[in-house]
Parts: sequence; structure tokens; C-alpha cells
Amino acid sequence: MFHWLEERPFFFAVGVFTVVSFAGLIEILPNFAEASRPTVGTKPYSTLELAGRHVYIADSCNACHSQLIRPFKSETDRYGMYSLSGEYAYDRPFLWGSKRAGPDLHRVGAYRTTDWHENHMWEPVSVVPGSIMPAYKHMFSNQADIETAYAEAVTVNKVFNVPYNTNITMRDGSTANVKLPATYDEAKADVLAEAKIIASGMKNQDVKDAVERGEIPQIVALIAYLNSLK
Amino acid sequence: MGGNQTPLAYDYTVARLFLYATILFGIIGMTIGVFIAFQMAFPELNYLFGEYGTFSRLRPIHTNGVAFGFTVSGIFATWYYVGQRVLKVSMAESPFLMVVGKLHFAVYILTILLAVVTLFAGITTSKEYAELEWPLDLLVVVFWVLWGVSIFGLIGIRRERTLYISIWYYIATFLAVAMLFLFNNMAVPTALVSGHGDWYHSVSWYAGTNDALVQWWYGHNAVAFVFTTPIVAMIYYFLPKESGQAVYSYKLSLLSFWGLMFVYLWAGGHHLIYSTVPDWMQTMGSVFSIVLILPSWGSAINMLLTMKGEWNQLQSNPLIKFMVLGSTFYMLSTLEGPIQAIKSVNALAHFTDWIPGHVHDGTLGWVGFMIIASMYHMTPRLFKRELYSKSLMETQFWLQTIGIVLYFSSMWIAGITQGMMWRATDEFGNLSYSFIDTVVVLHPYYTVRAIGGLLYLTGIFIWAYNIYKTITDGRKLEDKELNVNRSPMSAN
Ligand code: HEC
Repeated sequence: MFHWLEERPFFFAVGVFTVVSFAGLIEILPNFAEASRPTVGTKPYSTLELAGRHVYIADSCNACHSQLIRPFKSETDRYGMYSLSGEYAYDRPFLWGSKRAGPDLHRVGAYRTTDWHENHMWEPVSVVPGSIMPAYKHMFSNQADIETAYAEAVTVNKVFNVPYNTNITMRDGSTANVKLPATYDEAKADVLAEAKIIASGMKNQDVKDAVERGEIPQIVALIAYLNSLK
Repeated sequence: MGGNQTPLAYDYTVARLFLYATILFGIIGMTIGVFIAFQMAFPELNYLFGEYGTFSRLRPIHTNGVAFGFTVSGIFATWYYVGQRVLKVSMAESPFLMVVGKLHFAVYILTILLAVVTLFAGITTSKEYAELEWPLDLLVVVFWVLWGVSIFGLIGIRRERTLYISIWYYIATFLAVAMLFLFNNMAVPTALVSGHGDWYHSVSWYAGTNDALVQWWYGHNAVAFVFTTPIVAMIYYFLPKESGQAVYSYKLSLLSFWGLMFVYLWAGGHHLIYSTVPDWMQTMGSVFSIVLILPSWGSAINMLLTMKGEWNQLQSNPLIKFMVLGSTFYMLSTLEGPIQAIKSVNALAHFTDWIPGHVHDGTLGWVGFMIIASMYHMTPRLFKRELYSKSLMETQFWLQTIGIVLYFSSMWIAGITQGMMWRATDEFGNLSYSFIDTVVVLHPYYTVRAIGGLLYLTGIFIWAYNIYKTITDGRKLEDKELNVNRSPMSAN
């Protein structure tokens, strides 16, 4: 049979394709619906948080940081409760990473604060001597791309039914509702209001002034995102 | 595989173009690799080029540069050489296939150059080895389809009815990468849906755990079908050619090929052990990884036994050295991978430097050595010139071998040290080390790794120089001097 195949490229190719696609069908498909259900208390990212997530991605923080706490005592002691599938329901793309040059960040919002991040992102070794993390000073002057973040929120809302403008039950029984205005102008106003809260926790005067002027430096968006990781 | 071919006038125009690209991207990708390795040891190096010079910006350029620049160029270069020869047909016989080949090269180069520019700018999807945004993905599809046309077009007009083993592997590479790439890169362009924001931005079709599953099904099998199958295609052609020995066993080739096709795709789950994907998938990933040793070692042993009775060539011919050590590193790497896929080992190894260590004994030792040897073998035939210097090849071989050994041994120690420190507890069950302790301790190993990389990179420059001098200054060869197995090389 193999000799026969080796003289017939078409059937050979069909054979190869069948054999290689088999595993994907069996391994990946069955779990698809199950894995995409959110856990209680998981809400979509706000536009500002999404913009921060884009900053995280543009600078490939995931090259050094994971966002996946494995179910071992040594990990839960260090980082908090192990990660659950449904917590990632709104993560497009997922940011689990594959190498921990630095610590896991899946729940970093639970134990680090705005001003801690501000100092750390400006100059990591000043906060943690011996750190090999690069300083990201350019984030204090570069502007976040709010419009693209808004575009993404609108897209996932329309295409994947991500529940914006919907009441979501949180773990403590309260409800949350992540707003997604119908126009970009309204969205911008909401984002600015959220950014002001972050900026008020910071001390860098240039950043504060920028936010007063209605601009949103990348660092503000990034911190909003890091604070949302709990 | 006899040594003497009927002198059919093969047309190597496209093979030559891809050979230049292989060398160029090898230099770019690996220079950046060595630079970021030094950044891990000496973080001050992050600030030489502003926001464009941080470890995190550069790392995707390194991985894309060596995988899709160096390796994929090498695959294409060998295809445009090996394809014609084993199918016994010249590209010159089909003006159509010549156009396809040149277009293939043009679109490919354009895509890779745009990839470098966009990654510098921080335009990335973040998914490893699938970082490029959708407009570039479309270009990848175009050049991949052109390659397919070239493969099946050449097969369509072949004189040799039976497809040689290398052709099986090229076909498998083409089909599997097409499938993996398409599914993993499925995304919705956000500007199209919302009318706002950057036109090139997109959002993944899959979320969270599903995205991870598809990504590692892709990521793992990119290793299979970019770093394994096409490289096996190379060794099945170039080792018998260079040594003048017949492939040891046809049955073993058959078993290894179909075994690899069937088993490899299942093993992706080993990237997700102790993650939030269901347990049975993790277990499948683990078990199939162990089974994968069989077909992997099958190919490697088949190649080593091809040298049976001719081991003296190992001493006299540096090209044989590269290929034999390449297969040996392949065996090392395909044993190490399955070991890391065992659940309890994975618990320790995952997220540590042992993983990049494993990647590099495979890529530097196996992929790199095979591409280096293949280009050395092709050069005299592509340019009708004698290889410029045998002694430079020897020097290169030893520098690079030492480099690889330094790389993986330092990363083994670093990875295991780090993994042990993360989980160490004192007598009361409290964690013994803060995270930064586990970073600082790695400094010496990061330094050794970077030096290892630098040695390997030096070898790459020697390789580039040797090929350059061959093309410009090598002794001109008659056709009959080329109809030999051992590549003509100058003794100095
Ligand atoms: C070269 C690898 C590297 C890169 C790239 C990197 N980090 Fe880090 N990061 C580290 C290391 C090492 C530490 C631990 C030492 C420290 O706190 O500075 C760390 C610590 C952190 C912490 C503190 C976590 C904790 O639990 O204390 C945060 C937050 C953080 N990084 C965020 C980021 C963000 C955001 C980016 C991307 C803009 C980033 N890192 C890029 C290596 C890196």
C-alpha cells in the first residue's frame, strides 16, 4: 500500500492530511463550548483596561511573565488562588505566557497598588534591587490608543456577545455593569473619568498634567489593566 | 541514491536567492538572540535603543527571525535544489514554475521584512510564533500557496515516478503548516466591525483556555513541521549524497514517517500540563510525547546507521560531522522533550529556563547544523566553485559545538535551580525564597548561556564568510568535478 501511495502524490497528500488532522479534531473540538463559560465574578475589560492590555501585549510582557497559577501549594502561597478556566472567558488572546523570568501576574491586582506599579515601571531596580526587568519610561510619555481599544470592545460585544452593558453577578453577590457607550465620544469621556482615578493615585506630575489635559499616557492604561488582574 | 546523475541542466536561480536569505536572516535573528541573552545577564543593555531595544520588544524578532527567516528560507532553498534533483526534472522546463518560484521568493522577502518592522513597532498578537497581525498573515498565506504550487507543479511534471523520502517530508510540511497556521491565526479585524481604530488590529476568534489550546496545538506542531519534518527531508537527501551511502532501511523510513505524522499532533497538550485545560488532554499530551520518542529516534538511527562502515568520513569531512552531530542532538532533544512532558517533571520544569535550554539543543544542534551543512553541500553545485576553506569549517564546527554545550548545560542547571527554589519551603512550610532570590541566583548561568550563544554566532559569521569567499574566490569547477558525492572543498 505504501509503495502504491508513493507513486500517487494526490492520494499520498490526502493520506498525510487525514492522519495529521485527526488529533486536532479529537483533542480540541469537544471541549470548546465548555471552556468558554465565564466563572461567577468574571466581567469584561473596560475600554481603559483593554488599552492597557494592548500596551502589555505591544511590549510583550508575556515574554517574561505568566498569568497562570498552577494548583500547587508553592504557587498558591506565592500568587493566590489557582487559576480557573472561566476566569479567562474574555481574554482574547490568552496571556498565560511560557516562561517566568519574572513572577506570575494573574492576581497581581490583589497585592500591588497603583503607586507601587508607577515606581516599579519607571525603574524596577529602585523598588526591587537585583531585578532584571527593563524600565519602561517611554510609557509615561507615549499615548495609549483608546480608539483601538474601543474598537475591540465593540467588536467582541457584537461578534462574540461579550456582555457589556449587562448586569453581572459578582462573587460577593453585588452586581457590576461594564459600560460600552454607543459612540466613541461618549466612550472617551468614560475612559477619561476612569483614568483620573488612576492618575490621582500617582505622583508623576507630567502624567497627572497629561490626564488633566484629556490625554491618556500608556502607563495609566497599563496600571488600570494590572489592577484589574485579581 | 547513486552519486552520478545524468547531467540534466537544473535551474538553481530560486535556490540561490533563498540561500542568500538563509544567511542574511541567520545573522539577523541570531545576533538579536545573543543580544537578548546578554540582556538577561546585564539588564543595562535594555536601554541602548530606547523603547525599541528592550528584551520584550526584541524577543519576538529573535524567534520570528530564526524560525521564519533563517529556518524557513533554508527549507525553501533546499526544496528548490532537492526537489528538481529527486524528481528528475528541471525548473527550466517550465516557465510557469520559474515565475511561481521567483514570485514565491519576492512575496516571502517582503513579508519577513514587514514582519521585522511591525514587530519593532510593537504590532503583535502576542501568540508565540504567531505574532504577526492579519495583513501579514494573508501575505504568509500567499507565499505558502505559491510554495504549494511549486511543489505539486514540479511533482506534476516529474520523470521519476516514485516519490523519494525527502519529498514525503516536504509535502507533510506544506500541508500541516497550512492547516495549523490557518486555524491558529483566525481573528476578526476590529476596524472592519466597529469602524474605529487601527486598521490592522484584530482580536482572536478564541478566548482564554480555548485560545491556549489552539495556540499550543499550533505552537507545538510548528516545532514538528518547521523544525522537524523539513529538516528530516534535508538529512534524508544530503547525508546519503555527501557520504555516498544508501539509506540504511526503507522500512524504518516508512515507520518513522507515518509514526511521526500520527503521533506528533497529539503531543501539543504537554505545553498545558497543570493548566486549566481538561485533565484528559494533559494526560494525552504527556503519553503521546513519550510515544513520540519511537518515530523520532527511528529517523535518527536510520541516519546514523546509514554511515555504517564509513565512520572514517566523520574524521575527514566536516559536512559529515555537522550532519552526524545534528542527528545526535536530534536524539538528545527528542528524549529530553518527552522527559519534560512527564507530569511530575513538568511541574518542576515548566516556566523555567530548562525549556529554552531544550528548545536550543534542538534548534542550534539539529536545525542549525543541518541547514549549515545543507547550504555548504549546495554551494559548490549552485555556483560551480570549490568550497573556500575546509579548515574554517572545522573551526566553525568546534566553536558551535562548544557553544551549544555551554547553552544547554547552563540552562539545565538554571532551570532546575529555579524550579527547586520556587517550591522550597522551610520547616514550618513557608516559602523559603522570595521571587527576586530566584532571579539573582541565575546571573552566572545567564552569562554562560550568552557566551555559548556568542560562540555559535561567531560560527555563523564564519559560515557566511566561507560561503561568500566560495562564491567570489573559490576555484572554478568543471561539471565532471561536481558529479561526485563528497563536496569539493579546498584543503586550506
Ligand atoms: C526581562 C524580563 C521581564 C520583562 C520583559 C518584564 N518583566 Fe516584569 N518582572 C521581571 C522580574 C525579574 C520581576 C521580579 C523583580 C521585580 O519585581 O522587578 C518582575 C516583576 C514584575 C512585577 C511585580 C510582580 C510582583 O508580584 O511583585 C510586575 C507588576 C511586572 N513585573 C510587570 C511587568 C510588565 C507590565 C511588563 C511589560 C511592560 C514586564 N513586567 C516586563 C521581569 C520582566
